[in-house]
Amino acid sequence: MIEVKDLHKHFGEVKAVDGVSFVARDGEITGLLGPNGAGKTTTLRMLYTLMQPNHGQVLVDGIDVARDAEAVRRRLGVLPDARGLYKRLTARENIDYFARLQGMEESLIRTRREQLIKALDMEDIADRRTEGFSQGQRVKTAIARALIHDPKNVILDEPTNGLDVMATRSMRQFMHRLRDEGRCVLFSSHIMQEVAALCDRIVVIAHGRVVADDTPDALRTQTGEANLEDAFVKIIGSEEGLAA
Amino acid sequence: MKTTLTVFFKEVKENLRDRRTVLSALIFGPLLGPFLFMMVTNTALTRELNKADQPIKVPVIGAQYAPNLIAALRQQGLVPLQAIDDPETAVRNRDADAVLRIPQGFGTSWRKGETSQVELIYDSSQRDSDSSVGRLKSMLESYSRREGVMRLVARGLSPTMMAPLSVDERDQSTPQSRAIVIFGFLPYFFVLAVLVGGMSLANDLTAGERERQSLEPLFANPVARWKILLGKLGAIGTFSLMSLFISVAAFAVSGKLMPAERLGMVIDLGFSFAWRVVLMMLPLVMLLAALQTLVAAFAKSYREAQTYQSILMMVPIIPTMLLSIMPVKVADWMYDIPLLGQQVGIMRLLRGESVSAMQMSHCVVAGVVVAMLVILITAWVYRSERLAISA
Repeated sequence: MIEVKDLHKHFGEVKAVDGVSFVARDGEITGLLGPNGAGKTTTLRMLYTLMQPNHGQVLVDGIDVARDAEAVRRRLGVLPDARGLYKRLTARENIDYFARLQGMEESLIRTRREQLIKALDMEDIADRRTEGFSQGQRVKTAIARALIHDPKNVILDEPTNGLDVMATRSMRQFMHRLRDEGRCVLFSSHIMQEVAALCDRIVVIAHGRVVADDTPDALRTQTGEANLEDAFVKIIGSEEGLAA
Repeated sequence: MKTTLTVFFKEVKENLRDRRTVLSALIFGPLLGPFLFMMVTNTALTRELNKADQPIKVPVIGAQYAPNLIAALRQQGLVPLQAIDDPETAVRNRDADAVLRIPQGFGTSWRKGETSQVELIYDSSQRDSDSSVGRLKSMLESYSRREGVMRLVARGLSPTMMAPLSVDERDQSTPQSRAIVIFGFLPYFFVLAVLVGGMSLANDLTAGERERQSLEPLFANPVARWKILLGKLGAIGTFSLMSLFISVAAFAVSGKLMPAERLGMVIDLGFSFAWRVVLMMLPLVMLLAALQTLVAAFAKSYREAQTYQSILMMVPIIPTMLLSIMPVKVADWMYDIPLLGQQVGIMRLLRGESVSAMQMSHCVVAGVVVAMLVILITAWVYRSERLAISA
């Protein structure tokens, strides 16, 4: 479970995140939806302790990020906006590196790694160096690397960005699977259909603030729009930066 | 510790797979110095040796006016060539190292017992001709002295009249210390080997990772950043150290191949020299790895980092240059300054003098202390929020 309370972050004069609060529960997929530049990535970066908030609190499974960042990171699996694989290492070696940094036993690494490789359907690329991987292959490797330590909470920044239809489909299935395993899945997207198709709960961010936080159905009733797309436009107040 | 080792092994493995890094860090970097050194000194030495052994060929104008002089010069190894028309141009165009011109009235003034004149035409800006000109001058002077003595004796005077002062030179240089003139830039080559050995790694592990955006997922792992930094520094240091070993070994071999002893010099780059150099350089390996990482941490891209690294490469030239321009007496405090201490110490070793255990430990301890300081600063920079974010 991830709890975010009144998060603020500014870079000089720019208020990137200006009072964001929400809760992402276990066994649910929570979607962070917002136009480009709304503050999604900055919010996520504060969750996985890469950035420190100027104000506010983040709790992961009840642990305060400001108090014990390492314990929090151990409970998180993170797919950052920047996938950043090591191109001279194979997919397996990339996964192993992060597994060792998580402090896992070698035998456990082996079983977990092979499970993930199978689940993500990447047996054919596992022993290839990641240089020259397609976008989809890269995301799969990065996800396997992020989930190797079996984290209870999973943060995915724009996980389907740059993926083709087939890869997007299998990514969605994989996310459902993570939810069904009882994990807390939090992901960001600027694509409405994706959020609508996947989420149990939607948090809409615009201009660094949360403008809506509810289930897809509730959002539809709230705005009086049957079409989710129209509902979003109404919530955000403009069509700028949103992709259908 | 386990984290640091994990990072260390991964970085070493990944970089050993990069052919460009391996080539520059372990072949070009460490071998460039010894190779240049061999080339330059060998050519210089062989040329000097050849000149000293060979008779000097000098065009002589008006040889017929001074047959005795020419005969005496021939005995000393001069080969008079045909007279040429325009000696000034010939010398300037380097067609001849020097030209000797004997005027028509040479014989007349000689017979009168007056001072006879000969002209030596040369170009002192042509360093190449220095040794020929010098040898010719000394031949002429010794002929002049000998004939002067003869004239005094003929008039019943003691030859000592002409020499109220005699200078006996007692050169205190040793064969090793004479060699230093040529080998003065050697310490810089060792520093260069360390720098080049670590350079592409330092860039790749900080600026490169940032550019490829892999620093962000890396820092999302539950490990302290300073542990990651130490692993990276270890990997850089290992490559630097390997480069240093290769360089020292190559110098040891090239020292053996050098015909230095034929010039009355001794150059010993063997084992006892090598291990002392490595010991003195060890703190520099740490220090420079940290400095390179620090510099790379400020760069936004690999390319920018490379620019900073090449500036950093100029820094160690400073002590080498300073010491060669103003040859100050070596004082003990110099061992406390990294780079300067190594320069001074390695030079002493080259001269065949000993570096005391005290000086050695000062050199090493001072280096380690400064290295620690730079590592701390780098660790502090590594904590910065901006470091991980590439966009």
